[in-house]
Amino acid sequence: MSLLAVEDLRAGYGDTVILHGVDIEVEAGELAVIVGPNGAGKSTLIKAIFGVVSTQGGRVRFGGDDTTGASPERLVARGMAYVPQERNVFPTLTVAENLEMGAFTTRGPLAPLLDAQYALFPELERRRRQLVGEMSGGQRQMVALARALMTKPKLLLLDEPTAGLSPKVMAQVFGYIRAINQAGIGVLMVEQNARLALQIADRGYVLAAGRNRFSGTGADLLANRQMAEAFLGG
Amino acid sequence: MELINLYLIPGVVLGCIYALGAIGLSLIYGVLRFGHFAHGDVMTFGAYVTLSAVALLGVSPLAALPISILVTALLAVIIDRLFYRPFRDSPTIVVVIASFGVALMLRSLVEIIWGADDQSYETGIRRPITLFDTLVIAPRHIAIVLAAVLLVVVLHIFLTRTRLGKAMRAVSDQPHLARICGIDLDTVSLWTWVFGAGLAAAAGLFLAIDTELNPNMGWNLLLPLFAAAILGGIGKPYGAIAGGLVIGLAEELSSFPLFSERPLVPPDYKTGVAFAIMVVMLLWRPQGLFRGRVYG
Repeated sequence: MSLLAVEDLRAGYGDTVILHGVDIEVEAGELAVIVGPNGAGKSTLIKAIFGVVSTQGGRVRFGGDDTTGASPERLVARGMAYVPQERNVFPTLTVAENLEMGAFTTRGPLAPLLDAQYALFPELERRRRQLVGEMSGGQRQMVALARALMTKPKLLLLDEPTAGLSPKVMAQVFGYIRAINQAGIGVLMVEQNARLALQIADRGYVLAAGRNRFSGTGADLLANRQMAEAFLGG
Repeated sequence: MELINLYLIPGVVLGCIYALGAIGLSLIYGVLRFGHFAHGDVMTFGAYVTLSAVALLGVSPLAALPISILVTALLAVIIDRLFYRPFRDSPTIVVVIASFGVALMLRSLVEIIWGADDQSYETGIRRPITLFDTLVIAPRHIAIVLAAVLLVVVLHIFLTRTRLGKAMRAVSDQPHLARICGIDLDTVSLWTWVFGAGLAAAAGLFLAIDTELNPNMGWNLLLPLFAAAILGGIGKPYGAIAGGLVIGLAEELSSFPLFSERPLVPPDYKTGVAFAIMVVMLLWRPQGLFRGRVYG
């Protein structure tokens, strides 16, 4: 059974419908990528799964339970975590405080959770007393990822984690995401850089105008000529 | 020496009072996103609670400080439930107007309970202490400054060492992300009121020790409090401390006779100095000296 199964999901803002019935699946420990042109509804899909955008129809199942319309708090408690595209760190808090806020709802000792993130991102341990507002874009993204991992999620939702980063830093962030995935955590991410993202993906979905267009393994999608012409610029 | 004894020391004392009031304004703005126009009257209420505590228990005003903080914090939490929380999802202006209404109600409440006349905690004159033959300082001024420093240290420990204090800073920083982290806004706002109103009660008490009690005492301070909060970058409690000290010192030092026998700015226009600083800041650096937030 899939870790996450989205069936015929319809969602939007008020009267505006953005998703007109989308189906996706993510297996446990898998790295899945959603690509597609601007306005395809990629971010809306992630937000609807996480309960920050209200669903208008369809179903979301997570870990075998129906979580359609569940609140972010409940989803976090069940093992989902979400990193928004923007404003995904607390700039006037230190690195350690950002991570601590990530575990706000978790009971029990903080130290092992912090150590786990510092093991994954040694640079954060060196900078743990630094204010995140003073850090570079790539470092902030590291903090944002580590913050989300503090709840020990089974599935990490990422909304355009490389937006606005230089190609070099982008490659670093993709490296972090692979490392997280290799630690056994399922990842579902929305990406603008379709080619790069599909290269590291187990599974890819192409969305256009709020509907599924193509799906398959990352390699299949990259090899699909029709898909490449339409969405990867030939 | 006249500069220090008659201008600098009173300036620091006034600055401490402004700082304690402005911290509350800044905390409330940061977490709840509105300018709390009843804050001056919360100060007044705190000062009068102390008056009753002094009369009933026969203790000194400073010893009654914890009682005043607790009663005033409780009042603020009740006010929030009744008058602000119902409007949390409404446009900001609705809550701001509600806080104006609360300001008027609080002032009337003070007049009904304690009367409209000027009062003071103690009668009689206490002799100031003379240090090093030249430095003349009133014991009440020393007490006010020490108590203010103590309260700021308590606030600092709360904000940087406790889970709830860090959550308060997180909500102030990125409310949306704070929600994603599962931080409960109701709990955070409750503690914002406890600290904001508690510090306001202390500010009111210190002002009353320094001058006297009057139902308008807090309302009259609203302008310098906002000036201090804006100067420090609204939403930033640490900025508000610096802003309060700067405004307090500027107001007192502005009447120093620097070039002639006459004060630079006549003392009646002291508040004008705070207002001028606020206007200049809003034009020049609306984010405040310490990069506060400007909400569109």
